[in-house]
Amino acid sequence: MQQGKQSIRFEKTPYIRSCASIVGKKEGEGPLGSYFDKIIEDPLAGEKTWELAESQFQKEALTLALKKGNLEQNQLRYLFAGDLQGQIIGTTFAMKDIGIPIFGLYGACSTAGEALSLAAMTVAAGYADEVGAITSSHLGSAEKNFRFPLEYGNQRPKSATWTVTGSGAFIVSSSQGSVRIKGITTGVIKDYGIKDSMNMGAAMAPAAADVIYQNFQDFDCGADEYDQILTGDLGSVGKEILIKLLKDNHYDISKNHMDCGIKIYDDALQDTHSGGSGCACSAVTLAGYGMDKLMKKEWKKILFVPTGALLSTVSFNEGQTVPGIAHAVILERQS
Amino acid sequence: MRKEPTINEYNQYVETVTPVYSCFLNCVRAFLIGGAICTLGQAIFQIGINKFSLSEEDASAYVTLILVFLSVLLTSFNLYFPLVKYGGAGALVPVTGFANSVAAPAIEYQKEGQVFGIGVKIFTIAGPVILYGVFTSFLMGIGYMIINGWMK
Repeated sequence: MQQGKQSIRFEKTPYIRSCASIVGKKEGEGPLGSYFDKIIEDPLAGEKTWELAESQFQKEALTLALKKGNLEQNQLRYLFAGDLQGQIIGTTFAMKDIGIPIFGLYGACSTAGEALSLAAMTVAAGYADEVGAITSSHLGSAEKNFRFPLEYGNQRPKSATWTVTGSGAFIVSSSQGSVRIKGITTGVIKDYGIKDSMNMGAAMAPAAADVIYQNFQDFDCGADEYDQILTGDLGSVGKEILIKLLKDNHYDISKNHMDCGIKIYDDALQDTHSGGSGCACSAVTLAGYGMDKLMKKEWKKILFVPTGALLSTVSFNEGQTVPGIAHAVILERQS
Repeated sequence: MRKEPTINEYNQYVETVTPVYSCFLNCVRAFLIGGAICTLGQAIFQIGINKFSLSEEDASAYVTLILVFLSVLLTSFNLYFPLVKYGGAGALVPVTGFANSVAAPAIEYQKEGQVFGIGVKIFTIAGPVILYGVFTSFLMGIGYMIINGWMK
């Protein structure tokens, strides 16, 4: 049912039947390395281009999620999928031969939240029993798409983030499982006039703060409702801003906030600067680390808030700002 | 949200929480790396003149040739990146930086074909330098011509 201004509370809650996380070498060497299902060491994943490599990550993530959920491919009724590349070709070439009805999504790095929200809505409404939500990103294709060729020497700003190479897949199901999607809060686009595309944390933090604030309002709760509030890829700069923006609105999330981008790399050892980013950042961190914590009951209820910076090289070159977006998904461990 | 900062307030606040490089340290590093590249160039120049009896003009040409070659070689092994990361403008401004900015797109866009990949995109980074470099020399040339004619 509709809840408050921007939220849905599912009466017949959908469940996460299974999930999979496939990452690249650098992510595998990071602090969360042991939580991921599979590490593909070859950045090209046996393909010829970064773009096809990313598609390969997606394919493997979906295949593994289906396997872990004991499902055949043809049992999936819909797919909600997206990535960062222009015209989402990463998703296209991953899914073109798979024969499952698909909705291609673009929400920049917030796509994992968008895909999970739509999958949950579809299942809760009874339009499907098994739905896949899958996102990916790749350092090579993202740098090429948004910034410079990889070999070009430049001094990355300290506020810059490192695109996660990988793919996270979730199977959202109507049949009962251990973790359910209790509700969602869909974010609005927020623009606080940030023009620096290398400071995406600052561009996205207002959107994250807004959707978290709205979630608290709509469900009439506070920060202590959740064991953990998991934002996507704000990085260390964005995290600080998010906590301040919410504090100004009388919510203190400093004790139970975690950012997937900060968690996935060790900046001191891996030289990633502000943290990780990309559609895969939040997806693999939830699929690998977050779901593990939920399954072990270390967390009972979490708010998953992937964040996206909505820019293109055209909008940036034409002097536009970098608006942000974030979507919140409430995940709960069944007791 | 109930309480939101204005765009100005927010941008001012973001500036205070965004970490930046130390300008002084960056200058020192740029001096070291840039200086090292130039010293290498000077060494090639001296060797050319002393050991191979080249004219000054020929020796200068060899300096450019060898530095560009080294930079392209480092770029292809992805080793020029750490040099710029440390040295900043010290590694970007010399001719080696220019070579890197041409070689990197050539490697990256090779997969999009000889014409629309390498052909179209090889100067995506260096293009502005070439265009405005040529344009500036054109303006300087006109200036030189006018002053030269005027002085006579």
